[in-house]
Amino acid sequence: MTEASDTLAEARQDRASATGHGTARRTGPMLVPYLQAAPMALVFLIFFVLPLAATVAVSFWQYTQYSIVPAITLENYNDIFQDCLRDLPDLCTTFRTYLSTLKFCLIVWAMTLTIGFTIAYFLAFHVRTLKFQVICFLLCTVPFWTSIVIRMISWIPLLGRNGLVNETLISMGIIHTPLEGLLYSDFAVILSLTHLYTLFMVVPIFNSLMRIDRTLIEAARDAGANGFQILTVVIIPLARPGILIGSIFVITVVMGDFLTMGIMGGQQIASVGKIIQTQMQFLQFPLAAANAVILLAAVLVGVWALLKLVDIRKEL
Amino acid sequence: MTDKTLKTGTSRRSVLKGAAALAGTAAFPAPFVHAQERVTLRYLSTAVNQSPAIAEKASEDLGIDIEYISVNTDEVPRRVITQPNSFDLVDSEYFSLPNLVPSGNMVGMDANRIDRIDELATVIAKGTVNGEKVGSDGTAPHEVLYLEDKDSTTFATEPTEWITLIPTTYNADTLGLRPDLIDKEITSWASLLDPDFSGKTAILNIPSIGIMDAAMAIEARGDITYGDKGNMTREEIDFTIEKLIEAKRAGQFRAFWSNFQESVNLMASGEVVIQSMWSPAVTAVRTQGIECVYQPLDEGYRAWASGFGLPRTIDGRKEDAAYEFINWFLSGWAGAHLSRQGYYPAVLETAKEYMEPYEWAYWYEGKEAEQDILAPDGRTLEEAGAVRDGGSYEERMGAVACWNAVMDENQYMVRKWNEFIAA
Repeated sequence: MTEASDTLAEARQDRASATGHGTARRTGPMLVPYLQAAPMALVFLIFFVLPLAATVAVSFWQYTQYSIVPAITLENYNDIFQDCLRDLPDLCTTFRTYLSTLKFCLIVWAMTLTIGFTIAYFLAFHVRTLKFQVICFLLCTVPFWTSIVIRMISWIPLLGRNGLVNETLISMGIIHTPLEGLLYSDFAVILSLTHLYTLFMVVPIFNSLMRIDRTLIEAARDAGANGFQILTVVIIPLARPGILIGSIFVITVVMGDFLTMGIMGGQQIASVGKIIQTQMQFLQFPLAAANAVILLAAVLVGVWALLKLVDIRKEL
Repeated sequence: MTDKTLKTGTSRRSVLKGAAALAGTAAFPAPFVHAQERVTLRYLSTAVNQSPAIAEKASEDLGIDIEYISVNTDEVPRRVITQPNSFDLVDSEYFSLPNLVPSGNMVGMDANRIDRIDELATVIAKGTVNGEKVGSDGTAPHEVLYLEDKDSTTFATEPTEWITLIPTTYNADTLGLRPDLIDKEITSWASLLDPDFSGKTAILNIPSIGIMDAAMAIEARGDITYGDKGNMTREEIDFTIEKLIEAKRAGQFRAFWSNFQESVNLMASGEVVIQSMWSPAVTAVRTQGIECVYQPLDEGYRAWASGFGLPRTIDGRKEDAAYEFINWFLSGWAGAHLSRQGYYPAVLETAKEYMEPYEWAYWYEGKEAEQDILAPDGRTLEEAGAVRDGGSYEERMGAVACWNAVMDENQYMVRKWNEFIAA
């Protein structure tokens, strides 16, 4: 906490000195920072705040199959949670869907974290020269040069009933009938989500690891810590901001994902995004808006909880 | 040859004359030139209905440019309702009409301006084939073909001067099979839920169509008799979804699909061996050299139809051009082109004029192909001797059991469908 207030004080000082310069130049000193921030603020206002406000407003409107009526009603929210309490302990559609999405979130988060941290660790501590670090790092981003959909569907010929994996396993005599669970299953969804989003973990964790003062590690070793202790006591705590940022990326993306779950799950796996899409297709915009608001709230609660774990503004 | 004669006949003097004339018109770009400006029609529909060859030919014959706006099945009605200014002509499914017409964004088309209005296929105009009634469960086109007047938002029960949609294409869907991967005879929709095909069937994830396929299967299995499959009561919807959830939990389905290409891929890759399919999708699997059968079934077909409609905002030259294009569309060339892809056109007689007798015999009369059957792009679809699945036009369209539909309880149905997906 004290550290945080120190930084804050420093920042204030900085700003004070900046204002000093401004007055010296006699240009509207108070206005300049606002003007500088204005373009971004405007972009946010037009492309983020307004649509969001519209979504929230529409979520309270009534609708028929071909029109929406601007009248305040809680009907849409009521519809979403209909029978949810009555049916407990059986789960209603909404709870079931969120639970399923949450399950994917946690599994994919654990997978991307493990793999992402390992890659970042290797890049930061085992690749010696900066040049090679940069090269290896760029190599990691190469898959991102193609579209997300292409990276996803390229798994299909591999995992299919008559796909490469099954044919190889059969020809090697390991299995006799093709594995059905490889494609259009939870496994396929987790595999492709992990594949798609591991880089989101690698980048911020790598960034954090690079900032670790190497003398700290030497000091730990001098003090008699073994490799595992250095990792858990020194490196991981210092990499926390990177881990956290990566986690926020992965969790928010997976929560809203419906494309991957749709394609890799054979559209048999429910996701909140898919429900919203179906409702939009049937012109039930207010219902879709209500679902979107609930999803947003759920994601915000998750992010808020994560931010409680670390002071991200300080760490950046 | 012609080039040569022209060349020899063209003297330097005549070229100069021509150039002078051109310069003359350019110097006076008066109203005359302005009126010659070509009209562009923005044509909204699914990609499946948008053949580049049709646009090209129309442009050649009529001097009207067609600009395709391609979206997917669900996006068509959404565009009509939310952005009626963004197109000049829409090719929409008839089953969307109960949503589109009350919105007031479409306008009735003047029957007097459609040359061949009396020649429209009877299955669309009257719900009959050869004078015999076909199934009318669901949103049958003849029930939603007419409006009370031009700006009416309700359907007329009797034929009037005002048409909602002029048919472009229609056909009947049934189960598609991979005969090389199935070793039993399929005669009923019930096979979709047959445990023998556990993990190898698929169903559409477009709720309004998927539930109809499911209903055909569940009714065929003898679980229930629906009042109207295309307009279920809440109890019927509950029952149908319950049965679907049972099947899903038992692992009956390999995947759900929502567009043409997905259904083709599922079938071609062998992930799925039996599923409800669109006739041209079966053709598409076959052109990859993979055996695929469009299987006629005891219970009949689920039919669909789509047609041209006009947005309320259209007027002036665009409106004239739209009518001109529609009249051209019904005059045969387009009908023949679509027939060769496996669709049926609005006016059969004119399409026939543009097809070779052997083509007509294959596509419409259920006869053996006398020579190789070619797709519009010149690829061989079938070798000589082949017979079209489902037989003749009368056999197919005469055996329609129900039509794609939007139910009165649509909202409830969509909610229950989401339950099925989440189950």
